Amino acid sequence: MVHAKGQEPDGLLAEGRVVLEARGVAKCYHLGEVDVHALRGVDLSIIAGEMLSLMGPSGSGKSTLMHIIGLLDRPTEGTVVVEGEEVSSMSPNELAAVRNRRIGFVFQSFNLLARTSALANVELPLVYAGVSGAERTRRARAALERVGLGDRLGHMPNQLSGGQQQRVAIARALVTEPSIVLADEPTGNLDSASGVEVMEMLQQLNAHGITVVIVTHDDTVAHHAQRIVHIRDGRISREEHVGERIVAAEHASVALETANEADE
Amino acid sequence: MNIIESLRIALRALSANKLRAALTMLGVIIGVAAVILLVAIGTGVQDEITGSIEGLGSNLVFVFAGNMEEGTGGGPGGMTTKRFNLEDAELLQRRLGPEHAVVPVVNGPLTLRVGNRTMRSTVAAANEYADDVFGGEYLGGRTYRRSEIAASARVIVIGATVRDRLFPNQDPVGKPISVNGQRFTVIGHVAAAGGSLAGDQDNQVYMPITTAQRLIGTTDVGLIAVKAADPNEVERMQERIRQILAPRFGEEFSVFSQEQTLGMFQQILGTLTLMLAGIASISLLVGGIGIMNIMLVSVSERTREIGIRKAVGARTYDIMSQFVIEAVTLSVVGGLVGVALGAAGAAVLATWVPTEVTAWAVALAFVFSAGVGIFFGAYPAYRASRLDPIEALRYE
Repeated sequence: MVHAKGQEPDGLLAEGRVVLEARGVAKCYHLGEVDVHALRGVDLSIIAGEMLSLMGPSGSGKSTLMHIIGLLDRPTEGTVVVEGEEVSSMSPNELAAVRNRRIGFVFQSFNLLARTSALANVELPLVYAGVSGAERTRRARAALERVGLGDRLGHMPNQLSGGQQQRVAIARALVTEPSIVLADEPTGNLDSASGVEVMEMLQQLNAHGITVVIVTHDDTVAHHAQRIVHIRDGRISREEHVGERIVAAEHASVALETANEADE
Repeated sequence: MNIIESLRIALRALSANKLRAALTMLGVIIGVAAVILLVAIGTGVQDEITGSIEGLGSNLVFVFAGNMEEGTGGGPGGMTTKRFNLEDAELLQRRLGPEHAVVPVVNGPLTLRVGNRTMRSTVAAANEYADDVFGGEYLGGRTYRRSEIAASARVIVIGATVRDRLFPNQDPVGKPISVNGQRFTVIGHVAAAGGSLAGDQDNQVYMPITTAQRLIGTTDVGLIAVKAADPNEVERMQERIRQILAPRFGEEFSVFSQEQTLGMFQQILGTLTLMLAGIASISLLVGGIGIMNIMLVSVSERTREIGIRKAVGARTYDIMSQFVIEAVTLSVVGGLVGVALGAAGAAVLATWVPTEVTAWAVALAFVFSAGVGIFFGAYPAYRASRLDPIEALRYE
């Protein structure tokens, strides 16, 4: 890993377009007699093109926040706005359509469909987007090539290493050209070499203009982003602009080589 | 997401669990095959009986004792009503005129014995016009004569099965035979005709009606068949018969033309066929419950998959249709195999029982099996489509 200075000036973030915004988001679970407040009013704006870390210890509410901004869950209070669209009044099917078009997910446990080829896994969001046949295959293939798995199209998840599986998941998140990629502990199930490989990938994507949000408890992982939002007890406790940003590779071509070496 | 896409997903899911899919289908296969087979038998028997009645000719009229049109009697020759006897037949013959043949018929079970060979058989006893009315192809010997009827002679004509069982590789004509312990003489034997109206015709024997009455110990006549000289006269003749018999029997008799008899049999046998189909459908129902069971298991096993699909943008409808199509695929493939199996079974059984696989039975079984898939797949699919994506993703 190489330490380097964050490349974007802070001014860009300040002036940038807001892709996704949480306004006064609160989430309360009723567990029997007890009310558990997972989130107690969070305001968060995610700017187009930034790489952001949501960081906090387990139980801080960061996963709940990710679920809510990923439209997998609804807040009990507050609203979420995606690309200027208010989503709180949407039906489950409308939310599914927004997830499909605007949001890509990368999960800690990869969440690939078993016994399904890498290509078919990446095609999945396009299936639900109504993209058919050759166009779908072409785009899925392009996404897999982009994450360096152009030669693993027909492999099943159990024939791929953890790092490769996570890169398939990244390709799946990318394939619909979403506004934002949400990565929930993307390195959590990986050894450190594969973890570096995945972080390289995410930084590379971000360098090409994709908005990336990383949810993590890991300080090192969080410092791959330009901005870290610290969450504690369901609230944003602190926001930090990363001066000494960790760059997983000096530039993309080197990153790809090391990634491939890691696979062998 | 279109149907082809859903079908591909369904096939992939099913091929991942081949044995389970096959066992689940087995329920539907057995159900559909049973429906096809039983309906084939019902239809086959119906057709053959219809054919044998039609084969008698359209100028036949049957007269039964008892009022069957009111539906109160216990079938032909209703139990409680007055029976015909030979005098009624003679009366009809006299009044209708010699150009029409009137044949009283007596049926009954009896035991035949030749040497140490014994068999049970049924007798169809009539008068000298029997062969004019009912037909019959003699392989050897002759029918009984008028004089033999008058004398209640112990003469007998035997069917093909009776001949083969009691007189293997012999000419039976002139041989003695014991009928219910009495000594008879075989005077003729007829060609094999296959099953028919009164069951297996080849297992029958024929004798003068007077002989049969004495043998059974009755003076009753089961039914009276009348053959009109001209088919166009049938309707007029039915009316004449009613007029002739009314003074003696009032309303307590029924006159059927061949067409009406046909209608009656078709109704009875049609009901029977439907009943068979109904019984067989129960196994189809059981097969459907099997599908529902396995689909519920499948949904809970694949909770995580459902979560992934929802996260990447599957709508409620997509998940629902995925599982419904999976269930329908199971039941339709099962249905097709069942149809093939039922048809093959019907072809094999055709050696012993008349069978006929009809298009409507195939169509019905097929549509029904697809319906079973939709009906029993709907609930598991609904459950799947309602899963909360986060819960589903957390599911281990």
